[in-house]
Amino acid sequence: MKTCNLALAGALLATAALNAAPPAAPVKIGFIYVSPVGDAGWTYQHDLGRKQMEATYKGQVTTKFIENVPEGADAERIIRQMAQDGNTIIFTTSFGYMNPTEKVAKTLPNVTFFHATGYKSGANMGIYNARFYEGRYLNGVIAGKMSKTNVAGYVAAFPIPEVVMGINAFARGMKSVNPKAEVRVIWVNSWFDPGKEREAAMTLIAQGADMITHHTDSTAVVQAAEEKHKEKGTWAFSYHSDMAKYGPTAQLSGTTHVWGDFYTKTVKEVLDKKWKGTNVWGGIKDGMIQLAPMSKSVPADVQKQVKGLEASIKAGKFHPFAGPVVDQDGKERVAKGKDMSDSDMNAMNYYVQGVASAFPKN
Amino acid sequence: MWLKFEPRAEPSRLMTYLSPLLAVGLMFLSGLLLFWVLGKDPIEGFRVFFLYPMRDAYSIAELFLKATPLMLCAVGLSVGFKANVWNIGAEGQLLIGALAGGWVALRFEHSTSPFLLPAMILAGAVGGMLWAAIPAFLRTRFNANEILTSLMLVYVAELVVSWLVHGPWKDPDGFNFPQTKVFSAAATLPLMLAGTRVNIALLFALGALVAGWVFMNRSFLGYQMKVAGQAENAGRYAGFSARRSVWFGMLAGGAMAGIAGIAEVAGPVGQITEKISPGYGFAAMIVAFVGRLSPIGILFSSLLMAILYVGGEQAQQYLSLPSSISKVFQGMLLFFLLGSDVFINFRPRFVRRRK
Amino acid sequence: MGLDFLSSILFATVVAGTPLIIVAVGELVTEKAGVLNLGAEGIMCVGAVAAFAVAYHTHSPILGILAGMVAGMAMSLLFGISALTLMANQVASGLALSIFGVGFSAFVGKPYESVALASVPLVPIPLLHKIPVLGPALFNQQGLVYFSWVLLGAVAWFLYRTKAGLILRAVGESPVSAHSIGYGVVRIRYQAVLFGGAMAGIGGAFMSVFYTPMWVEGMVAGRGWIALSLVVFATWRPLRVMIGAYLFGGCMIMQMFVQGSGAKVTIPAQFLSALPYVATILVLVLISRNRGTIRLNSPASLGQTFLPDA
Repeated sequence: MKTCNLALAGALLATAALNAAPPAAPVKIGFIYVSPVGDAGWTYQHDLGRKQMEATYKGQVTTKFIENVPEGADAERIIRQMAQDGNTIIFTTSFGYMNPTEKVAKTLPNVTFFHATGYKSGANMGIYNARFYEGRYLNGVIAGKMSKTNVAGYVAAFPIPEVVMGINAFARGMKSVNPKAEVRVIWVNSWFDPGKEREAAMTLIAQGADMITHHTDSTAVVQAAEEKHKEKGTWAFSYHSDMAKYGPTAQLSGTTHVWGDFYTKTVKEVLDKKWKGTNVWGGIKDGMIQLAPMSKSVPADVQKQVKGLEASIKAGKFHPFAGPVVDQDGKERVAKGKDMSDSDMNAMNYYVQGVASAFPKN
Repeated sequence: MWLKFEPRAEPSRLMTYLSPLLAVGLMFLSGLLLFWVLGKDPIEGFRVFFLYPMRDAYSIAELFLKATPLMLCAVGLSVGFKANVWNIGAEGQLLIGALAGGWVALRFEHSTSPFLLPAMILAGAVGGMLWAAIPAFLRTRFNANEILTSLMLVYVAELVVSWLVHGPWKDPDGFNFPQTKVFSAAATLPLMLAGTRVNIALLFALGALVAGWVFMNRSFLGYQMKVAGQAENAGRYAGFSARRSVWFGMLAGGAMAGIAGIAEVAGPVGQITEKISPGYGFAAMIVAFVGRLSPIGILFSSLLMAILYVGGEQAQQYLSLPSSISKVFQGMLLFFLLGSDVFINFRPRFVRRRK
Repeated sequence: MGLDFLSSILFATVVAGTPLIIVAVGELVTEKAGVLNLGAEGIMCVGAVAAFAVAYHTHSPILGILAGMVAGMAMSLLFGISALTLMANQVASGLALSIFGVGFSAFVGKPYESVALASVPLVPIPLLHKIPVLGPALFNQQGLVYFSWVLLGAVAWFLYRTKAGLILRAVGESPVSAHSIGYGVVRIRYQAVLFGGAMAGIGGAFMSVFYTPMWVEGMVAGRGWIALSLVVFATWRPLRVMIGAYLFGGCMIMQMFVQGSGAKVTIPAQFLSALPYVATILVLVLISRNRGTIRLNSPASLGQTFLPDA
């Protein structure tokens, strides 16, 4: 049956070739995901991006993804196999794929690789990430304006700079409009553990936090806020995805990742043979980060203020880590009049003022 | 009519060998059934799951790479299992072995000495043994059940790894990401075959199989442990101390798991991260059982288990099934084996049901 | 805030301890009949996913619990066939069940990953829930919390106050003599195993339908194993299971509360996360240290295969 089909296809192709220039076979593009796509979270956002890109180049490209790929030694085999199956552009979307992607990229120069959130690039390996902290700062401003207890709770996965940056940006935003504000952090030591995330959120709520957000991958924290909203007046800010579905009342806003435009643009560069390496760290300006729509519970004046700030960030007039940046111990990290450099942000291993918890010393 | 099992006068030797084959056969059959139930073409499913992992030289090399840690852990565990010492914490011992060996690699990162690798491997073995010594000590000194303590220590070991790679051992140039520096070339196991990822750890694993065989079949201690496992009282009458078999069983498992750990980080992983092992320590228990706790059996069962792992990846890529299908097959295999084992000691007979 | 805070800690502790109680009590009955089923972790996983799926489709948490229970019994039946009918090693059979259950649940649970259930409302007990501090913590709880208390009482009563309980214990103490006076050892052990499976299934259901409420691979996170050690901790006494479960629950909760207080703790979070596991080991050591206690309380034939006609 199969050979029959193949023969038929071959014959068709041959006639097509006689009649006109053969239509180029669609370019195969592969995505490696670290978790199931599901319906919210880190991978879900990447998958939205994949779909947007595929829809834009309908007929020119086909995409394929493999989800739940472990970040250890096995990733290398899976990435390699994806390339051997004819995928000529491959996006690996989690930090742990950095070394495996690099190893495979070195041996397969005709395939173009893109790795999200890492720092190793090469002749056929680009890297990309987003300035999540910009959204965090705006969320913090809303929290500062609306908190009655002046306490925000933050459920976080691991103290890597990306997460610390988010906590600090949120705290700075909150403190900028509310001098009494404090942010408390619970580390759950996992990107995805709804049980622990929920427990952490509940704990923070019980201890007086009325603003809750998270840097973990499930919807558990927003759900917990929704559940406690009536009793405790808890509000939530979503992360990765807009989780309004899970917190219809409690979610005030959030920080949403948007990868579609980036994927669309980058794939075009490669297809047009104009690609010359990628090292993108895009923010609101580049459309890679969005503020989740503010709920109607956010007062109009706050909405206006946040929109204004968003526009300034977009225009490059305001930086969430504009000096003076003072850490918890009172040490000045960035002087007045300066913005924190990208490399300093990427090495952030302290809390700024406004975060009440102690930085995990390790 | 009623199926009844009658004890055999002597365990059937034939069935001892046939039962794993029967179990594998049953697993294949259930696999076909499973694919059919899931709406996939069973033959195609079988081909993708069981045959794709062997489709070319590179894939076969990958199977050996995958089988290496399984072989090492399983042969160590089998020593304890024979004496009814239930070390189910090989995963934790593997992690601590990786840490101990990795420490040597990081401490002497500029060394190019040919003794660096042997030192790392030795440290790995010692690390695994130390971690295994905890349950052994708690068992012999305080009578605490080693099944539970060794398992709890797996969770603790995972957290120790997490702490080290997030904290003290973090690569200073790694933008604070949770990983150590990449090991130097002198601290990386040489490849056996260019173009593949198989490294000389496979030789250690094969060596461990031989050593395990010699120990179990040619040494007095090995003999005593076997006797102790078959009947606790017999062992005690034979003047054999249960304490010694606990210590020896646990330490053998720990040492081998530790070597497996360092071989992973000095091999395909190349650094210490939080994702060193996808559960090799647990899968090795199945490998040990299916391999009849014998080194030759373990050689085959570890390769089979490697196929189950890689087959899961294939099923995910080409059949759109979740990769956890691997674990379903693993669990089934062990169940079928335990079930088939009834024929070793018992003869099935159909009898009329009595009141 | 002081009292309110205390009450929240207590509430969270009770919630965290509840699945442990339910699973451990089930296992206790199984072990009292002389059967060591190490499959609790796997059964919980399968119970959790079955309960979640049914609760998701029917919007009924009660049906979810029932589904978890049935799935748990089906799983333990597998164990029974292997360890009781085919007389395989109980330790190995239990391990097989755990490995299989963890994998199987991940496999069949795939479509349910990252979909969410509505949280189940708490059930306040009239009058009692108004008691200060204790009321909101103990008497405005999930239904299954009350179930766990009733279960404890019922099992304690069954084991020590009924004839059937006496027979069950006799089977665990000396299957040979129980058999010789005409009790169906294998049948009674099957019942005990099924009961244990049902409870582990309900424990899993509690996790996915009430606790999170969400299904995700690996969510049981070793609770089945902790429940097993609780049985030893309790020296096979039902009421002590409760003390142990709440101690462990408290251990899990405390680290969160310390972090969430905003206090300046610089202990790495990993150390705090390791607490429940280290505590389990310590407790095991403390209890097992005295061989006499263990020998007196543990069922004499625990873990040994019984050959009906040998």
